[in-house]
Amino acid sequence: MSTQQAKTQNLTLVQAVRDGLKCEMERDDDVIVLGEDVGKNGGVFRATEGLYDEFGEDRVIDTPLAESGIVGTSIGMAAYGLRPVPEIQFSGFMYPAFDQIVSHAARLRSRSRGRFTCPMVVRAPYGGGIRAPEHHAESKEAIYVHEAGLKVVIPSTPYDTKGLLAASIRDPDPVIFLEPKLIYRAFRDEVPEESYTVELGEAATRREGDDISIFTWGAMTRPTLEAAESVAEDGIDCEVIDMRTLSPMDTDAIIDSFKKTGRAVIVHEAPKTGGLAGEITATIQENALYYQEAPINRVTGFDVPYPLYALEDYYLPENTRIEDAIRETYEA
Amino acid sequence: MSTSGYEMRQVLTEDGSVVEGATVPELDDETLVEMYRTMRLARHFDSRAVSLQRQGRMGTYPPLSGQEGAQVGSAMALETDDWLVPSYREHAASYIRGVKLSQTLQYWMGDERGNSVPGANIFPVAVPIATQVLHATGAAWASKLSGGENAFLCHFGDGATSEGDFHEGLNFAGVFDVPAVFFCNNNQWAISVPRERQTASKTLAQKANAYGFEGVLVDGMDPLAVYQVTDEALEKAKDPEAVGDDGPGRATRPTLIEAVQYRFGAHTTADDPSVYREKDEVERWKRKDPIPRLETFLRDRGILDSEAIGSIETAIEDEVATAIETVESIERPMPAEMFDAVYAERTKRLDEQATYLEQLRERYGDDELLE
Repeated sequence: MSTQQAKTQNLTLVQAVRDGLKCEMERDDDVIVLGEDVGKNGGVFRATEGLYDEFGEDRVIDTPLAESGIVGTSIGMAAYGLRPVPEIQFSGFMYPAFDQIVSHAARLRSRSRGRFTCPMVVRAPYGGGIRAPEHHAESKEAIYVHEAGLKVVIPSTPYDTKGLLAASIRDPDPVIFLEPKLIYRAFRDEVPEESYTVELGEAATRREGDDISIFTWGAMTRPTLEAAESVAEDGIDCEVIDMRTLSPMDTDAIIDSFKKTGRAVIVHEAPKTGGLAGEITATIQENALYYQEAPINRVTGFDVPYPLYALEDYYLPENTRIEDAIRETYEA
Repeated sequence: MSTSGYEMRQVLTEDGSVVEGATVPELDDETLVEMYRTMRLARHFDSRAVSLQRQGRMGTYPPLSGQEGAQVGSAMALETDDWLVPSYREHAASYIRGVKLSQTLQYWMGDERGNSVPGANIFPVAVPIATQVLHATGAAWASKLSGGENAFLCHFGDGATSEGDFHEGLNFAGVFDVPAVFFCNNNQWAISVPRERQTASKTLAQKANAYGFEGVLVDGMDPLAVYQVTDEALEKAKDPEAVGDDGPGRATRPTLIEAVQYRFGAHTTADDPSVYREKDEVERWKRKDPIPRLETFLRDRGILDSEAIGSIETAIEDEVATAIETVESIERPMPAEMFDAVYAERTKRLDEQATYLEQLRERYGDDELLE
């Protein structure tokens, strides 16, 4: 960003998605948006509102209802020189496209030894807490992190959303860009009007502290920060790190913070078993075991199919559960 | 009417008289009145459900208004041993299969127990598009392999025909000649995407050709025609002697029915159709409304009069009101329930997690825990 005072707009996270798409489409004619209801309707969350009118039906494309079709054709487009940004309406509907994502998008560079690449960004809203119907609330980022060749990004602020989306679109490799729909409209940020990027692979320290490191991302960042403020009243000083990019993961940020505090809590809404809290814990064990002063605590969703909304508040980590884990780790 | 060689099957004209040359299905008066009553019930239920959502008493809900003729006409053609494999909008068809209105509400109120209907021959609601098509084929195949003599009716929308699962489901059905009827509720819109954008084909019915079995085009807002074509397709599905010499391939049992219809309302209560379609279009389709069409037919035949209709109205209002009272008086599910049905037996990890949640509830109380 320039050192001059940049013009800003006060945007929600979903508006920042839209603004990020708009800026990248203005910047690069190869960027196109495609998916179900992204055109005339402007997206079911209005993430592509107005883009159809601005850029026309050849760059903002309403497709047939077929996720494998959307992602598979995007791979072909990307291999042929475009920069497609397919939208999957909810991350719970990614699975028909899963074969295309893991068998092709993730490996196209590797298996053609660089002749073909896949500069594609698959956008999808993810996560719970909005009283949505079945399959509309899951948090399955770990599945994509497990796939070599994919990058996985989850923003937690409007500012980061625009910058990370721009970085993802300009990235030479495929990115799964998961948007925390719980906070699509929860708060606003000053977002520069001009185009800018937020580097992929860099975590952000949201709160500095000396006692406990808390690693989180997406919609869990806010309750985690609230819990950190709440325990601060009792003299527990938490460092809150928003991972932002889950693949490649900023392991330096994890290790540096842990070496300082010797205690860690990891918060994610995905189920516990096989979740990324395990990966972060292993990273700490491998690199900073001798700094450890307490068992590492995981605050996560449960190992159950995401419940319908009558029970989702019990499923999702929230302030009290996070606070409980922080105190336990502090006192251990 | 003819579309690309497919005759649009109709029994009732838009104004409710019998189409010249059409055969009226042989249904007794009682059944015809039940058809009418169920359609009225569904329409009233639908408007109440939308209100419940607006009042914050229910979550997102997919309305069915306009599609009663297709749902009721097709589901009434099922015999006791047959099965319904629905998508997520089949509240009326599900009711006919034995799902209580209160259970449908319970499901959309975010309570998994609404999806559990022991004893009724119906699969659970399928939200991901077209996925249930394969289940219908599989279940029908299993029935055939085990010597069953029943049939499977699978509902899905026009958008679903674009999914790979639709293709695979119908292809398997043809190859293994299973007793399944694939019933496409072509309501013209997959959220904001019009039917024309799903496929370059003139009809959806013609897709059956490629799978080696018959496709049928029917006016989906004509409940009598829908009943008739579904009944014929179910009969054919169950008949191992059926000969398909004049069909497009060697499969004799399966059928694809395209029921042409319109969703009067939004895709779900989270959708605003005024963004993507014209009012005029909605008004045009409302002239095909299945309810007044059947009502006129029944009045003309002297089967129904204003008095009888009045008592039907009162009865359905009571039935829906009772369903709402029932569901709202059910205690919300206990948190422990989410751990119970994951596996036949709870794993050690799930036990630990359930215990952890109960300890948190004891320590903090639900109010603080969920704030």
